[in-house]
Amino acid sequence: MQESLQIVVQRVQEKFGEAVLGVTEFRDEVTVRVKREVWRELHEFLKLDPDCNFNLCVDVTAADYPLRDQRFDIVCHMLSLNKAHRLRTKAATDERIASLAPVWRTANWEERETYDLFGVVFEGHPDLRRIMMPEDWEGYPLRKDYPLEGYDSQGLPG
Amino acid sequence: MGVLENKFSDNLITTTVDSLINWGHKTSMWPLIMGTACCAIEMMAVGYSRFDVLERFGMLYRFSPRQSDVMLVTGTVTKKMAPVVKTIYDQMSEPKWVIAVGSCAISGNIYNSYSTLQGVDRIIPVDVYVPGCPPIPEAITYGIMELQRQIESGRRLRKKVPVTDVTAQPHENVDLIRRPGRVGMPTAQDYAAHLDDDVLSTPSTYQQLEGSFPKKSDD
Repeated sequence: MQESLQIVVQRVQEKFGEAVLGVTEFRDEVTVRVKREVWRELHEFLKLDPDCNFNLCVDVTAADYPLRDQRFDIVCHMLSLNKAHRLRTKAATDERIASLAPVWRTANWEERETYDLFGVVFEGHPDLRRIMMPEDWEGYPLRKDYPLEGYDSQGLPG
Repeated sequence: MGVLENKFSDNLITTTVDSLINWGHKTSMWPLIMGTACCAIEMMAVGYSRFDVLERFGMLYRFSPRQSDVMLVTGTVTKKMAPVVKTIYDQMSEPKWVIAVGSCAISGNIYNSYSTLQGVDRIIPVDVYVPGCPPIPEAITYGIMELQRQIESGRRLRKKVPVTDVTAQPHENVDLIRRPGRVGMPTAQDYAAHLDDDVLSTPSTYQQLEGSFPKKSDD
């Protein structure tokens, strides 16, 4: 693990203690799994803390595990342009989680996309509506239980 | 034009006037570019100097539906784009033609999914289909020439030829026709049944399948 990232992980573990459920490393990619309650605080900390200094939010997205109790993993990728390190954070949730749009403005559209395709509601998002699919679209296409051809695929045009 | 259209029988005057009108239409087809995906790149190549098709056919790309006669639908039409394509087609003045360029515009191609319109002919009438993924500029040129041939044989003042096969029935519900590619494809339920399978072990369905195959004979 990169030295600066070791400090980041240490700082996060000190600050959030039990809310950090695990830190994993795979091919130099570090992932921090946390409880959903600290999602917003964690990223505020990661952005503002001088040791972490994650000033660029690369991606906010979700992964669907339909058989789990909390079916979605919300995933956030961050990059520090000054420290040149990257971090991934994950939190399991069931369709509701705090928004990161007030922390990074980039997260605004990323979360709209996640809402559009997965149906995850980001609490505190300033403008949560569909961004890719038509506004009157039914369902959330990237969920595992969504039929490939859509709900209206049974013989209808399209 | 609308008052005189398709009113007269065939004679020296009407055939002459028709051929004149058709000559005018076919030698000044101004295409509206409806470049919805990658096929639009080939459409651009058609216009540039290497192939230089448009000038020879008296064509000029227009960006306004009010000024154009031919709509070149080039590329995948998504369901979000479909109402836009339809509106723009409606804004074009008569007479108007449509060329569907590329497999996606014709039938949706491999994008047999929730977001893609399965062929632009589900929303607007198409005169010429140019297959290919993407079609080479020569193919698009051939499509344009094919449309010219169609226009040349069109009947403007003269009455339309009555349909000879009176027994022919239109398809009752075109949308219900399913293509062969869609038969037997796994559905979301099929996948959902195996979500809890261990990824590294052999899926149970494969084991079942293996048992059902006939055993290889000894010879």
